[in-house]
Amino acid sequence: MAVEKKAVPMREQTAADRIKNFNEVPLGYNEEEAIKEASRCMQCAKKPCVEGCPVHIDIPAFIKALKEKDFQKGIDILHANDSLPCITGRVCPQEEQCQLVCVMKKLGDPISIGRLERFLADWDLRNRAENKNIHPAPAARKNKKVAVVGSGPAGVTCAAELAKKGYGVTVFEGYHKLGGVLVYGIPEFRLPKAIVETEIRLMEELGVKFVTNALIGRALTIEELMKDGYSAVFVGAGAGLPNFMGIPGENLNGVYSANEFLTRVNLMKAYLFPEYDTPVKRGKNVAVVGGGNVAMDSARTALRLGAEHVYLIYRRSEKEMPAREEEVIRAREEGIDFRLLTNPLRYIGDANGFVRQVECIKMELGAPDASGRRSPAAMAGSEFTIDIDEAIVAIGNTPNPIIPRTTPGLKIKKRGEIEADDDGRTSLPGVFAGGDIVTGAATVITAMGAGRKSAQAIDDYLTA
Amino acid sequence: MFKILDTYELGPKMHYVLMDAPLIGRKAQAGQFVIVRVSEKGERVPLTIADYDRVKGTVTLVFQEAGKTTCVLGAMKKGDSLHDLLGPQGNPTEIENFGHAVVIGGGIGVAPVFPLARALKEKGNKVTSIIGYRSKDHIFWEDKMKAASDKLIIATNDGSYGTKGFVTDMLKGLMDSGEKIDIVYAIGPPVMMKAVCDMTRPAGLKTIVSLNSLMVCGMGMCGACRVSVNDKTKFTCMDGPDFDGHQVDFALLMKRLETYKPEECTCQGTAGSDPKRKNGV
Repeated sequence: MAVEKKAVPMREQTAADRIKNFNEVPLGYNEEEAIKEASRCMQCAKKPCVEGCPVHIDIPAFIKALKEKDFQKGIDILHANDSLPCITGRVCPQEEQCQLVCVMKKLGDPISIGRLERFLADWDLRNRAENKNIHPAPAARKNKKVAVVGSGPAGVTCAAELAKKGYGVTVFEGYHKLGGVLVYGIPEFRLPKAIVETEIRLMEELGVKFVTNALIGRALTIEELMKDGYSAVFVGAGAGLPNFMGIPGENLNGVYSANEFLTRVNLMKAYLFPEYDTPVKRGKNVAVVGGGNVAMDSARTALRLGAEHVYLIYRRSEKEMPAREEEVIRAREEGIDFRLLTNPLRYIGDANGFVRQVECIKMELGAPDASGRRSPAAMAGSEFTIDIDEAIVAIGNTPNPIIPRTTPGLKIKKRGEIEADDDGRTSLPGVFAGGDIVTGAATVITAMGAGRKSAQAIDDYLTA
Repeated sequence: MFKILDTYELGPKMHYVLMDAPLIGRKAQAGQFVIVRVSEKGERVPLTIADYDRVKGTVTLVFQEAGKTTCVLGAMKKGDSLHDLLGPQGNPTEIENFGHAVVIGGGIGVAPVFPLARALKEKGNKVTSIIGYRSKDHIFWEDKMKAASDKLIIATNDGSYGTKGFVTDMLKGLMDSGEKIDIVYAIGPPVMMKAVCDMTRPAGLKTIVSLNSLMVCGMGMCGACRVSVNDKTKFTCMDGPDFDGHQVDFALLMKRLETYKPEECTCQGTAGSDPKRKNGV
């Protein structure tokens, strides 16, 4: 049989349609499309994709099951390594992981592993939500309680794994809503909130307790949790204060951190203002600074809020952009104006303190720096200004400072990350940590992998 | 859900709300705040903790109607519930035995000044409190402030009660009297805090202010609450809310507080509650 070189395309909303709504952009494979794509997998002996996956899912095995229409077997294989494939199937950078090393890449398109994962996960989520499937009975209930701090990808994965092992798990979330970055950070058009809500509801059915408005480190400390009868604590507190460049005018009205802008829109639903009480500026000419996924999310969100012109200002070239290729392509299709090799120097405001312009300078790439990326240098005399009425700074964040500042004895690294080993063990016995609070800003799948490893380490610790 | 145990009007558009909040009441200290959300569609709004009871597990909120949340909260009744209540947030005020502490509260700012004065007195300070109101109608907690202070000075803008004038006039009188002052705390509208700082700066008199910047998360993530202190960007929710008043860029704070003025009006227009509440807010 001849090898099909081209991947089965995934249907998606057209650029013209989707910039007018917040609905998910890609629409997913149907059964026929999924099976056709799964059939392209050669089931090669080397399986480089498994090594390419941060959590080592047996990718060829789930694809084979899908191709044979044994969807239950396929999802079980996914779940063996990934608690939330409906989320990772959407937000994982597959093109830099499993799909990057796919042998089919030598012949044509790599297998669309993420799309196949998403197909199975959506099939499964529908089934579980309709109770068609009975949950695998949890292991015999253990007489020990574990507290999980934060309900983002690391926390919920750790909680789900511990619940499956029979522990009584309580997840403490500072916000009024569960899901962490999955709900405050990633926009609806990339990850529908209904998916996160359903997964969390199903975890509750599995016996996980969730408490909102409970910020560990303030109302309750880790020490108090341990005294209250929790035998172990997992800290997945995630992102903290946003980085700024430290240039003049960054505190002008209308200059947002991406964290604030996305939190207003995603978590607080400012796009539905005034039906919802939280406002957000709807700039006509918006500058987004940065080249990561958060910058793409911010730019595309600004567009959907009605911006006429969105500039994406990034100091290196497209090759160095940390954002997912797919998101960069979609941002371009939607009309985001990429101003590469450009760096902001200052924001200029009006008399009332509102941003009106950004002054930039052109950059050129020199020798590779410590990160391996070519370091940009300013080109003297190339300054120019762009008229804007809103700016969004998306250049990363520090780890959340609350637990580090309120937990005596917990070792912290120089930039504020909690010091932990590969299994999440911190300097305090019984306290584990994982996700962005340990690694600094990383991906959803890395955080989930850390949550899963810590769950195993916590089980080992409590049964030792 | 968080239950309102008691509520009443303290003055024109000023309200007292006693919240059932055992976890917050147990830990709250002077200088800290809570984040409230009145409904499923509500905004996250910071309100300073005006009092707390560790045994009963309550916190007291005192606020002025200023936006939709405070209008809705002001219209709520005993037995009603808030959708969300998070706290205690922010760093507690650092309190030592300084000697003679002067605490200054302007308008609704008298509420957070009360637990501060009480805590300073408990630490052995001589506490002089200067509290200022628009007029006699706006006065609240005179008795509580009297009990928490060694000396209480009341000023009203129109002279309808106490001494006519601003809190800065009273402070000037105190400073001119030659009495030694070791530290000043000022809580109130930014314009008042700025005026106090402008007066104490030349005298080298340490002045702590509590900033009321806009917030969304209130827990060290979003950066909405950034202020400039000593020309460095600080985050009110994590680094404050107390700052050295002589280093605060009040002009920036005041401009940032105006960010959503147009939107606030839109929201008011759709609030649809008591129509007379829309006026002058």
